[in-house]
Amino acid sequence: MSITSTLTDGRVAGRAADSEFVRRLKRRRTNETVFICLGLAATSIGLIALAALMIDLAASGYPRLTADFFTNFPSRRAGQAGILSAWVGSLLVISVTAFIGVPLGVAAGIYLEEYAPKNIWTNIIEINVSNLAGVPSIVFGLLALGLFVYGFGTGRSIFTAGLTLALLILPIIIVATREAIRAVPWSLREAAYGVGATKWQVTQDHVLPAAVPGVLTGVIIGISRALGETAPLVTIGALSFIAFLPPSPVSADFPFISFAWLFEGFTVLPIQAFNWVSRPGDDFQSNAAAAGLVLMAITLVLNGVAIYFRYRLRKKLQW
Amino acid sequence: MASALTVWERRRQRLRERAIEFVLLVAAASSVFVTLAIVAVLIYESLGFFSSVPITDFLFGTVWTPLFSNPQYGILPLLGGTLLSTFVALLFVAPIGLVTAVYLSEFASPRVREIIKPILELLSGVPTVVYGFFALLFMTPLLQTFIPNLPGFNILSAGIVIGIMIIPYVASLSEDAMRAVPNNLRDGSLAMGATRLETAVRVVLPAAISGVAAAFILGISRAVGETMIVAIAAGQQPNLTLDPREPAATITAYIVQVALGDLPHGSLAYQTIFAAGLVLLLLTLVFNIAGFWLRHKFREVY
Repeated sequence: MSITSTLTDGRVAGRAADSEFVRRLKRRRTNETVFICLGLAATSIGLIALAALMIDLAASGYPRLTADFFTNFPSRRAGQAGILSAWVGSLLVISVTAFIGVPLGVAAGIYLEEYAPKNIWTNIIEINVSNLAGVPSIVFGLLALGLFVYGFGTGRSIFTAGLTLALLILPIIIVATREAIRAVPWSLREAAYGVGATKWQVTQDHVLPAAVPGVLTGVIIGISRALGETAPLVTIGALSFIAFLPPSPVSADFPFISFAWLFEGFTVLPIQAFNWVSRPGDDFQSNAAAAGLVLMAITLVLNGVAIYFRYRLRKKLQW
Repeated sequence: MASALTVWERRRQRLRERAIEFVLLVAAASSVFVTLAIVAVLIYESLGFFSSVPITDFLFGTVWTPLFSNPQYGILPLLGGTLLSTFVALLFVAPIGLVTAVYLSEFASPRVREIIKPILELLSGVPTVVYGFFALLFMTPLLQTFIPNLPGFNILSAGIVIGIMIIPYVASLSEDAMRAVPNNLRDGSLAMGATRLETAVRVVLPAAISGVAAAFILGISRAVGETMIVAIAAGQQPNLTLDPREPAATITAYIVQVALGDLPHGSLAYQTIFAAGLVLLLLTLVFNIAGFWLRHKFREVY
């Protein structure tokens, strides 16, 4: 065989390989395009589900959202039932939750980030916090039932509910506080130490103010979670039919402030919605949708504020 | 110069610093007390339960009728319901979550990602009672058009809605793990002529696999502990079945059902919810530890 023919053979083979390569390349590129379409589809399933949820709620709940709905007590007649005791209950429970959970969580976060020595105890606390975040909420309800309601005798009250939810959102607030504090640059602390500030002075006057937006984001997310939480309050025995309001915290007579409301029975928005959704009949279910719509609106507003904080934080955070 | 602090002022300041540190330590330790209290309460009440019901009956019995006149205490139907609804949720969320994560991490522009991620994360902020409403009054009727004999309460629709709820856990956390993969791995792969999809599937995903697995496990742990969706939409009769079209109760749904009735404190039926809660806690603990271990491993890679 001559040299030239070998060359031609090689060239022909090369051309065949080329066309094979081109064919495969085309397929690989098609695969990529197909995947991008798939990716768009998968991503939009989540978005579509969220939209369907809100449209479904709005369609059956919106007509019930009259002023009366907010100022009426629950009733046996669906058309006259309202969420007055539920939203007042939610407001009071969440105040207790914030009053207990925020200082406790922020203090724990400060300790773990600024004070804690690197030792086994710190390690145990850290592992514990991340484990606590994974405990199902209903288990917190069992804790509250066994320990608070029957052990400490705080009863099926607003105080018990607020305390339970505070413990539930503790990990969220601790983690957010730690992340916010960690983002404060060391130069700030060193400058303060350099002029003779004590550890607490540095923390209080310099680290914490810089960390406030991050902490606030975590607090808002935690509060939003607590507001929507149903299961642990069912186990401690929130009532779903409450046709009275707890005693007012402020009064015209001495001593002007009363804490009797803390130990009253209560209901909250999610419990009220749960009660209505489990009743037969469209009327009560549109009440449930309306209560759910109010809950969703609060959740969206709170999360929106948190997202906005985080967005501004990321833009501002160029130390 | 400003006058220096006197000895007394100094001593008072030191004392104050110590006191503050102690208060902060107590706050941090309180989270450990919460865990200890949870474990103590569950074990204490469960011990009362197991003193009247043999533990083997509890673990291996296939009938759960604690409120009947002839009560039987086999946890298997409840455990089966929990695992079945979790399995349905996982089947639903696995492809969607993974593809979403790969898409957002490797294909979407930063702008699109910045907009879509917070919206997706809203899915985990929706109150679960609203999801329950959605499962019962939207998902079930929707599924009934495809599966004609589907009962009004069923595991399938509850499981799918749980799957929707955990999309953010799975997709968003997997995406974080994939984006933590250093760019030089991607560059190397692309320089060898691989397409972006090939790079994503054969280079980025394997490098991030422990983080992705941790994200899935976190999602599973959420699904196991989910309460209101199953309590509302899955029916509350214990039912040992593998067919997700049937109604069945989960551990969490049982606890809700019992808590809604007014059970006398200290009765055996009251103690059952703590025994069931203990099983639930152990179940989620296993998943959380696995997830923690995987995340730890994932952090060590780079």
